Amino acid sequence: MAQTRRTYLVDPLVDNNPITLQVLGICSALAVTSSLKVSFVMALAVIFVTAFSSMFISMLRNHIPGSIRIIVQMVIIASLVILVDQILKAYLYEISKTLSVFVGLIITNCIVMGRAEAFAMKNPPIDSFIDGVGNGLGYGLILMLVGFVRELFGAGTLFGITVLPTVNNGGWYVPNGMLLLPPSAFFIIGLIIWAFRTWKPEQVEDREFKIQTVEAH
Amino acid sequence: MPEQDENQGFLARWKALPVDSVPKTIFVAAALCLFCSMVVAFAAVNLRPLQEANKLNDKRINILQVAGLYDAGEDIEEAFAAFEPRVVDLRSGTFTDEFDATQFDDRAAASDPELSRALDEDPAGIGRQTNFATVYLLNDEAGNLDKIILPIHGYGLWSTLYGFIALEDDGNQIYGLQFYDHAETPGLGAEVDNPAWKAQWRAKELRDDSGALKITVSKGLPSPDMENHQVDALAGATLTSVGVDNLVRFWMGENGFAPFLENLKAGDV
Repeated sequence: MAQTRRTYLVDPLVDNNPITLQVLGICSALAVTSSLKVSFVMALAVIFVTAFSSMFISMLRNHIPGSIRIIVQMVIIASLVILVDQILKAYLYEISKTLSVFVGLIITNCIVMGRAEAFAMKNPPIDSFIDGVGNGLGYGLILMLVGFVRELFGAGTLFGITVLPTVNNGGWYVPNGMLLLPPSAFFIIGLIIWAFRTWKPEQVEDREFKIQTVEAH
Repeated sequence: MPEQDENQGFLARWKALPVDSVPKTIFVAAALCLFCSMVVAFAAVNLRPLQEANKLNDKRINILQVAGLYDAGEDIEEAFAAFEPRVVDLRSGTFTDEFDATQFDDRAAASDPELSRALDEDPAGIGRQTNFATVYLLNDEAGNLDKIILPIHGYGLWSTLYGFIALEDDGNQIYGLQFYDHAETPGLGAEVDNPAWKAQWRAKELRDDSGALKITVSKGLPSPDMENHQVDALAGATLTSVGVDNLVRFWMGENGFAPFLENLKAGDV
């Protein structure tokens, strides 16, 4: 049992990462990764929401009628997200200003819903909780990686501390403005997926079809 | 034994219902909604005072910053007490005591049909112009007017920028300009927050000696007569720069604070 629980936690980090393997939750990964601090808070928020929503859904799983199960999951997830949003606004006002609508959009983050439907509906609460934390961490890991690259090369800082002094502030580094725009995260996530699949070739999907060679007449 | 079946309690019959039955579905939906709404409402109500204090604090920090009085370690409420908030009637350019200046909500007023008017010309892209605005007066130790902080807002590229402009006591020389709420592109338009760019506003003058409104945000080196009036536009953020140009000129013009500043200069408010 201890072994499986460990896998629930560790597996989603690399082997079954929600972003790189399942390719879920990309939208928010594009939007909030322009700085590390924001990525970090977003990661914490998602970990909190996936963990607790999985746990509560798992606790109720034997009482959730099949016909309204998606709505029930959404209600639980949405309540938790509103809770997080309210807490951020009260205690981390500056960061909640930067995250703006994206905290609210955790509701639509496919990872949360995906884990609720795929795991929590069939497993006991503690396992579901750990699975939620694991997937949240897997999401957070990618978010931090992307945030690291984007903030370092886009603004020359890490966690707001200057690493590469930019020309604008009298230094030598000419920041790459594109990295601060959401599309750059697409490239970075693509590169991360490539790196992961080179490291773990078993993640590469089989081809859905094979191009036939033309026979000579 | 049929008798026993009839005597089964309500609870036992309820338990025997399958999860997918209509009554149980409705029950689960209702109970869950009720519970969740209570949790959410509880959080919202309990955290509201903190959230509002945060918002107010944020605004005050920005007013302090634009006036050059902000010191990270200092108590904000104490520092902010140096300002005297007053509500100005923008149409006549005079102070009004109709509202309590510490409570007046500028943003709500701008969308209240009774407190605002539609604009024929709307260069700042704000839709409706409020008739009343809260200004903050800063007096020096001798009690003379030192700086005036005026709220300004207008449309940039993606968003409405909200900010403050601080003027010296002559109502013409700019001390500082700062936006506290906007959603311009990080790294490009959001460079309106760059301290180096903001520093350009210091000591620029709104009007020339003949009283014509000259302040502008534009590209390139200023011609000799514009040196005191031109702020260099942001590289890579043309539309944000145009937006800032428009909104500053609008708010310093006849539909904005010009009547008030004239009255202030004449000592007649």
